[in-house]
Amino acid sequence: MDISFERHKNCLVVSVLGDIDHHFADLAKTAIDNEAVKTGVKNIVFDLSHVDFMDSAGIGMIIGRYKYTLNKGGLTAVAGLSENLKKIMMLSGLYRIIKIYDSVEDAAKAV
Amino acid sequence: MEYDNEMAVSFKAIGENEAFARTVVSAFILGLDPCVREMNDIKTAVSEAVTNSIIHGYDNKEGIVRMWCGICQATVYIEVTDEGKGIEDIALAMEPLYTGRPDMERSGLGFTIMQSFMDDVKVESAVGKGTRVFMVKEIGKPEQE
Ligand SMILES: Nc1ncnc2c1ncn2[C@@H]1O[C@H](COP(=O)(O)OP(=O)(O)OP(=O)(O)O)[C@@H](O)[C@H]1O
Ligand SMILES: [Mg+2]
Repeated sequence: MDISFERHKNCLVVSVLGDIDHHFADLAKTAIDNEAVKTGVKNIVFDLSHVDFMDSAGIGMIIGRYKYTLNKGGLTAVAGLSENLKKIMMLSGLYRIIKIYDSVEDAAKAV
Repeated sequence: MEYDNEMAVSFKAIGENEAFARTVVSAFILGLDPCVREMNDIKTAVSEAVTNSIIHGYDNKEGIVRMWCGICQATVYIEVTDEGKGIEDIALAMEPLYTGRPDMERSGLGFTIMQSFMDDVKVESAVGKGTRVFMVKEIGKPEQE
């Protein structure tokens, strides 16, 4: 699984490399939750600039983390979306609750 | 119906094969010269159907998923079949945001994505027998918003 974590103050940056499908999301969720609990952050930013495929499992994964951060009084944001990913974010209505930023730096600054 | 080309694969109902199914379909339709958007639409629809067979049809347990693909002129036909538990109420299952598994962090968008990314989607299912999803998409059409 190609996933890496970086901490920016109160924010966990989750960088993914490769396709986000149900197989990946199932493994990634546990890894992200463990890391979020360990670091105690209240915000999560997904860096998706190295992802060119995502299906509904990715939507589920992001909504799940959104709920987690909401509970902590924080936010979940995404950055670096390709056209393919933008399309699925729009179709799912996810853009209404999850902020989309051009870059991780913008996202981390904003949350 | 007479197809210009056809292929079929059967594979074990395990998560690793979601990527395998997408790769196989992409390779098969490459000759139609789909644009990036069309390729992604088809890969996404296939991923949704195959994932549903694995996690809902077979409940993540033992099973075989069959995928058939046909090409006729510029149109792609895809069928994903499982012999899993089947769907009781297809109309309900296809409603946006409906999920039979709210416990699994599913968004209930799989069928909605298939319907919006493909030109046509048909679902046949029988409880205890299995499910067949049939999808059609013409390549080279302008995108309608
Ligand atoms: N092959 C199948 N066999 C049995 N039940 C199915 C099958 N495909 C879909 N279903 C049922 O239809 C429901 C809706 O499917 P859909 O793909 O739209 O949403 P989901 O899989 O629950 O969530 P998501 O696809 O967003 O992760 C499923 O929750 C499941 O109950
Ligand atoms: Mg689904």
